[in-house]
Amino acid sequence: MNTIDTKAPKSHDSLVDYRTEPSRYRHWQLACEGGVATLTLNIDEDGGIRPGYKLRLNSYDLGVDIELHDALQRIRFEHPEVRAVVFRSGKPKIFCSGANIHMLGLSTHAWVVNLCKFSNETRNGIEDASAHSGLKFIAACKGAAAGGGYELALACDEIVLVDDRNSAVSLPEVALLGVLPGTGGLTRLTDKRRVRRDHADIFCTISEGVRGERAKQWRLVDEVVRAQEFDAHIGERAAALAKGSDRPAGARGIALAHLERTDDAAGYHYQFVDVALDEAARTARIAVRAPAAVSARSAAEIAAEGANWWPLRMARELDDAILMLRTNHLELGLWVLATEGDKDVVLDIDATLEANRDDWFVRETIGMLRRTLARLDVSSRSLYALIEPGSCFAGTLFEIALAADRSYMLDDPGRPNAIALSTMNFGTLPMINGRSRLASRFYEDVAPIAAAKARIGDRLAPADALALGLVTAAPDDLDWRDEVRIALEERAALSPDALTGLEANLRFGIFETLNTRIFGRLSAWQNWVYNRPNAVGETGALTRYGSGRKAQFDRKRV
Amino acid sequence: MINYSERIPNNVDLSGNRTLQRALEQWQPSFRQWWDDMGPDGSSNYDVYLRTAVSVDPKGWAHFDYVKMPDYRWGIFLAPSAGDRKIHFGEHKGEPVWQDVPGEYRSTLRRIIVTQGDTEPASVEQQRHLGLTAPSLYDLRNLFQVNVEEGRHLWAMTYLLHAHFGRDGREEGEALLERRAGDADNPRILTAFNEKTPDWLSFFMFTFITDRDGKFQLAALAESAFEPLVRTCRFMLTEEAHHMFVGESGVARIIQRTCEVMRDLKTDDPVKLRAAGVIDLPTLQKYLNFHYSVTGDLFGAEVSSNAATYYTNGLKGRFEEGKLDDDHTLHDDEYTILDVADERIVERHVPALSALNERLRDDWIRDVQAGVDRWNRIPARLGVDFRFKPPHKGFHRRIGLFAGAHLSPEGELMSEAEWTRRHLEWLPTEADRLFVHSLMSRCLEPGKFANWIAPPARGINNQPVEFEYVRFN
Repeated sequence: MNTIDTKAPKSHDSLVDYRTEPSRYRHWQLACEGGVATLTLNIDEDGGIRPGYKLRLNSYDLGVDIELHDALQRIRFEHPEVRAVVFRSGKPKIFCSGANIHMLGLSTHAWVVNLCKFSNETRNGIEDASAHSGLKFIAACKGAAAGGGYELALACDEIVLVDDRNSAVSLPEVALLGVLPGTGGLTRLTDKRRVRRDHADIFCTISEGVRGERAKQWRLVDEVVRAQEFDAHIGERAAALAKGSDRPAGARGIALAHLERTDDAAGYHYQFVDVALDEAARTARIAVRAPAAVSARSAAEIAAEGANWWPLRMARELDDAILMLRTNHLELGLWVLATEGDKDVVLDIDATLEANRDDWFVRETIGMLRRTLARLDVSSRSLYALIEPGSCFAGTLFEIALAADRSYMLDDPGRPNAIALSTMNFGTLPMINGRSRLASRFYEDVAPIAAAKARIGDRLAPADALALGLVTAAPDDLDWRDEVRIALEERAALSPDALTGLEANLRFGIFETLNTRIFGRLSAWQNWVYNRPNAVGETGALTRYGSGRKAQFDRKRV
Repeated sequence: MINYSERIPNNVDLSGNRTLQRALEQWQPSFRQWWDDMGPDGSSNYDVYLRTAVSVDPKGWAHFDYVKMPDYRWGIFLAPSAGDRKIHFGEHKGEPVWQDVPGEYRSTLRRIIVTQGDTEPASVEQQRHLGLTAPSLYDLRNLFQVNVEEGRHLWAMTYLLHAHFGRDGREEGEALLERRAGDADNPRILTAFNEKTPDWLSFFMFTFITDRDGKFQLAALAESAFEPLVRTCRFMLTEEAHHMFVGESGVARIIQRTCEVMRDLKTDDPVKLRAAGVIDLPTLQKYLNFHYSVTGDLFGAEVSSNAATYYTNGLKGRFEEGKLDDDHTLHDDEYTILDVADERIVERHVPALSALNERLRDDWIRDVQAGVDRWNRIPARLGVDFRFKPPHKGFHRRIGLFAGAHLSPEGELMSEAEWTRRHLEWLPTEADRLFVHSLMSRCLEPGKFANWIAPPARGINNQPVEFEYVRFN
């Protein structure tokens, strides 16, 4: 059997690339009209991102989700006039049937987990846009929504299901595949939609799902509407939701130009981000550069810079770099995080961001920074920040150090080295647990947070940074080389699975939200179930799905 | 207190089964309402010479008498149990058959039964206006017979839902009455059952071709490990045979009539034949092409994991599973299907388990071919040089590997442009349909037949052809 093998050495052409644009979509259509964007899912069944399966019945793979991610970005930045987004299907009788099961069967575990993570981030991004960007989402399910298809609907503000005595919403993973829903379905049923646990228990164990009035009674959908009234109802709801939006009327969108990237054997090179691959050490070094100078201060100047404005361009580049590393370099288990540039410039830009945060484009840019940093938080890689002279861990860029599992700061009396905080470190860029990285770091303990806040704008030398608890260690110039080398080598030698679990446990601290629960469960329960013989063993349910053979379970409960 | 055995002829101990009584008490008024709303148009006061099944033994299953259709005694019958039957295919092979639904297969079995059950009322709805243009009393009676028996098949499937699937089953039973053929809000489940049956030629083609799909689906379900489904389907099959007879003989009589006129007028010119009020043979061929291709889709995709799962779990077997000589698990067997690759039609060998839809379609194709061969004896006998031919199985398909490909009835692949240019050579045009429609007018004098169709060789239940099969009161 073919497998989608993410480990096999491959030609450059087979790298997964997350960059796309609407004219290249094969699966989605984006249409914006009168403040409402319609995203129509009409999956090209021969358009799989890897060979070996057909994307029947509007089932998706990574390629479909890459387009969705791009489309949402376009709506955020290029269409400020859009206030409500409607998800529709371009196929009769089926809204979306979720991740393609044959693709899952052919994929390595790592591929599936990466897909689920990216899909989760995209769906969380929908909710992020609803909470922060003034965009409201409606899932117009004029046909069956199954598995990941229903999970996409769950990420929306409203779910409308056609009442045709036939179409249902369902999470058939347990019954059909012996696994759990992989993109937040279980968590959103309870945390978001407050579906009662016994109803959820039934719903998640029957393959056929629930339809009609019962789907509404059980809170699985918001409304059931007959086919002939369906489009009118969606139109009314979209208009109603759009009314509450604070998106600007008459603003001009910011075109998201194609993201320039040079790929070579050494790594990936962007204007402000550089990725150096070290296969031997199983590490990647991600360096983020500050711009040479502040180029825009007013909203008008910022809009004129558009996608080249440093905060946005840097965030897009870092986002792409994270995705490239996650998908295409599984064995580089440790990312070394570095920054370069003038701290004053970054602090100045932070001030500009704060001053203009009510401008729609600045708000979207802050959102992009927030989501990109959040992507770092949920990456299943060890993250070490190295803070050296010439680095630029200031304000927004200091969030990169705060995202790291550990940070090492060189304390060399002969070479000044400092970090700096800005107001951006105190709530503007929260993690997915809803807290700033600093608040999470100190478990919301008031004193250390206040102490750090009192030093906003100061250049904090290694001793200060250490005393404030902002860095892990501050070796001096004699120790630095070996301390860092050993820390890296030691980390690279540990079990990658244990590290993934450990890091996911520690990063979000004691604060749980819907999103941390989604990622936590993905890392723990779902991936565990997914790896068990009852799912993927020779006679497991997922292996045997579609073969016509019956799954044989090891009946012992673990 | 309702006397169930009187009201609802049955052999399922209805009077002793309170669960079933409760279900049917609620369902029966809905069914009657559905029949009034969607049954044959304007026919409720007619006395129709109908066959009613009052028991399953040879004397009881074909009881003929005049009856008003709303008073038809829709009964619930299971064919006699075959004794200690064992499951004879799939991974449960050798185990005793199931008298109750195993929890594990509840939803799948329910879906299978609902999908089958949904077709039964659908065809009644599709055909409800045909009585207004019946070409004879004989044909009108046959239409009504088909209709009431489709109604009974709905009962049979609803019985299974009520008796074995609890509350969900009752809800599905209600939903069977709530969907409507061609309805924009609540359409029937399968596309072919939302098409119109606008004229009698379509009706005959439908009963010849599409009811034959029903025959093969029921036959495959009659192999199931779920014994009540087996016994229900067995009995339905005896009735389905009559529906196919109506279709096959109906088309045959049209062919007969056309060939007679061709012989008398010594012409095969469609213009002259149409002027003479009969349907030219190429138009009949086009209708055959249409119904054949639409019905071919009902068997589903050539490669189907659902079909494989149904088989492995013992829910649905192959046609005449018991007569096939193999291991009945199909783990290592292959089956040849057709596919389109590089603009050619190619054979592909796929696991037999995954190709069960295609296998059933092939069985159906052979059966249709046999009927078409019988039709072809008519022009042969009358010296007309025309033979009917079912189209290639990839012709005009919407589901499966040929969906999106363009084939002629002969099986030549062509471009979309060529298809657009030529498809009206092979499928009924609007003008063809209007012409056929123009022939449809009511002919209700006993023994008289519309000009475009020949009388049958014999009547129903040994009655003469001119018997008054329907009384209008």
